[in-house]
Amino acid sequence: MSLVQNFPCFSIVICMAAGIFSTPLKGKQAKRMTLAVVTMVAMMSVLTLLYVMDAGGSFVYTMGRFPAPWGNEIRAGILETLLATIFSLVMLFSLLGGMDQVFRDIDETKVNLYFILVDLLLSSLLAIIYTNDLFTGYVFVEINTIAACGMIMIRRSGRSLIAATRYMVMSLIGSGLFLIGLAMLYDISGHLLMENVHEAVTHLVQTGEYGIPLLVIISFITVGLAIKSGLYPFHSWMPDAYGYSTISSSSILSALVSKSYIILLIKIFYRVIGFDNIVISKIVNVLFVFGLVGMVMGSVSAIMAKDIYKMIAYSSIAQIGYIYMGIGLATEEGMIAAVFHVLTHAITKSLLFLSAKGLTVASGRKRSFSALQGAAFRNPLAGAAFLVGSLSMVGTPMLAGFISKLLFAMAALGATSEKVLITLIVLAVSTILNAVYFLHTVVRIYTPVNVPEEYKYMRVHASPGTAAALFWLIFLNFFMGMMSQPITDLIRFGIEMFA
Amino acid sequence: MSRIRDDYEHSLWCRLVRWVNGETDPMKGKMEMEPLRESDLIGDSVYNPDRLDRKKVEQYLEDTEKNTEIRAFRVLYSMASVALCLLLIAVLLLAVSWLPVLGDPNGPNNNEVSARYVEKGMEESGAVNMVTNMILSYRGFDTFGETCVLFIAATCVIVLLRKNEEEIENARETDWKYEPKPDAILQKTTLVLVPIIFLYGFYIILNGHLSPGGGFSGGATIGAGLILYVTTFGFHKTQRFFGEKTYEIVKVGALSLYSVTMIYYFYTGANQIRSMIPLGTPGNILSSGMILPINIFVGLEVACTMYAFFALFRRGGM
Repeated sequence: MSLVQNFPCFSIVICMAAGIFSTPLKGKQAKRMTLAVVTMVAMMSVLTLLYVMDAGGSFVYTMGRFPAPWGNEIRAGILETLLATIFSLVMLFSLLGGMDQVFRDIDETKVNLYFILVDLLLSSLLAIIYTNDLFTGYVFVEINTIAACGMIMIRRSGRSLIAATRYMVMSLIGSGLFLIGLAMLYDISGHLLMENVHEAVTHLVQTGEYGIPLLVIISFITVGLAIKSGLYPFHSWMPDAYGYSTISSSSILSALVSKSYIILLIKIFYRVIGFDNIVISKIVNVLFVFGLVGMVMGSVSAIMAKDIYKMIAYSSIAQIGYIYMGIGLATEEGMIAAVFHVLTHAITKSLLFLSAKGLTVASGRKRSFSALQGAAFRNPLAGAAFLVGSLSMVGTPMLAGFISKLLFAMAALGATSEKVLITLIVLAVSTILNAVYFLHTVVRIYTPVNVPEEYKYMRVHASPGTAAALFWLIFLNFFMGMMSQPITDLIRFGIEMFA
Repeated sequence: MSRIRDDYEHSLWCRLVRWVNGETDPMKGKMEMEPLRESDLIGDSVYNPDRLDRKKVEQYLEDTEKNTEIRAFRVLYSMASVALCLLLIAVLLLAVSWLPVLGDPNGPNNNEVSARYVEKGMEESGAVNMVTNMILSYRGFDTFGETCVLFIAATCVIVLLRKNEEEIENARETDWKYEPKPDAILQKTTLVLVPIIFLYGFYIILNGHLSPGGGFSGGATIGAGLILYVTTFGFHKTQRFFGEKTYEIVKVGALSLYSVTMIYYFYTGANQIRSMIPLGTPGNILSSGMILPINIFVGLEVACTMYAFFALFRRGGM
């Protein structure tokens, strides 16, 4: 076994170990360790991706001495390693970009705790991506939930406590449904390893045994994970959670945490239940409808929002709607578009949150649109970053958002006939609504009239870390927009490797 | 020739311009204005947002007597939640009635997986206790994850409750009120009980691979013993042998050793390198390879976490 094959396991375990070692450290030291660990994870993920592409196939890694149905194992294919790479990069940039705010927003005695939470969150994200065992998935979903909750409430303000409580309640309902689903699935299949469950489920579907429990299991797992990722009717925790936590947390939560559940769901669809069985169960149609409603309602709420962070949070709801709409198309093209949008949204939403922070700092930390008048002139880099992020989300050519919109539209044409027209119409309406609220903000920050007196002559210069983070996220956006073909091909291979 | 409309304020265009300029009035159309009083006039301006008594507004809005919308919403909400719960119960009962019978020897979950745990467990991982074999050796990664769940839960409680220097000083000044009063019966009983509880906790941990028990249950027992000691003798006396420093060293030491053991286990296991930890003879105290040390690490971590929860809730620090 070559050394590279150890990297997925190493990247999970060093994150956990770094979290444990950070306990007695001071805030600054914990920060350095976390940044080093995240960078190492990113590098190891890139090397694993190259290895998997070179080998042309996935590999499994036994976690311990015992082979899979008895022991635990993780699996690294192209999609897993690609996601791990992008996720760890986005994590790194979110941390770098919000570092000043972390030290400003959080009590000095608690800064090292923040980095413990970040380390364990990254380990859980990686484990959810790599896992080949349902119960391992559940254990790390738990870590993910608790870490995310801690990252919301660590900023000492009343609103963030309320936001964390809301998040906890919604998220635990989701976890509960997911766990009930898993327990029943184990009961009828007798396995937890994904391949073996898949075999058992295929057999059950053929013989028609346990039809009702299987339907209940599929719906519980899907609904549980949909609640956790914030699909439209279950979104009420999002605006507060993203709006009142420290900016790195908002960026990580919206870009990575909610996405990890979607990835787990896609994994379960393909590798556990089997995508054909999922299509037969019609649960994708439910996701499709709620995705469409979310696309419109999220955008409408974003237009009504009076606060820039809440606007970006509501926009996340719309984007989650896009992803579920793609899954709901029930075709491979739709799934590729959904996964591409996961990546697009991860890099764009973190860019938007970080640049919005720069803009509000340049406006006396006020978040209302009237205070943000002309903020882009007071903080030029943040203004440019917000412009790029907005254009990408709206779907301007050369940027990542355009490619995902294009992929969604192409996928819609290949779907069953009753879904084609409605998808295209809603896609068009939602794009226009996106343009309305994003360009409204862009116009606001680039209009130097009615600027409130007290910060008319304020100039804010981004710190080197923030500038680097914004620069790299902008670069990633252009890269994914212009080099979309290789990435789409990678995702296609990755999804084919799943089945 | 254009003409000036009387209702320009309400025209679509004006509203659009106001929205683009970000000048919308959030309270518009949502509240009745009270008639102006002398005190509302500040300088040239009449409108003074500071004068809005938020509590009063909220009270008014939430008064179900007057606000029929909220009343209707609450009734609807409680009805919908009851209906949803009933539906969920019905669905679950329906699904459960279709599941295989519990304990059926031909059921799907009596397969080769559990067979190997039962038949070969002792030979392969060296512990007599099958459950310990399964959670610490076969599925060691999951259990490491579970330990991290406990660790991160404790971290979150610290995030919520840890006080800064000043607050701890204040807490020290007021904390004596909660310190126990010297009570002869309680103290004598505790003096007898606590050593036995500790001994029993250590027994559960050290015998985890031989009999039912292990790190989690033994650690909880020791933690309960510590809490009993604190509630009887107070923090001052407890700190003589278990203060914040000891707590950190024990907890971080146990968890670090645990993570190092696990990294070693995963690396040697996956690369098929012979493990340096001998399995020993099943049934002896010193047997079962890495299960015994892991039980000890988990036990220490759980005991510390239990005690830390108590101390944090009581006064925000050790």
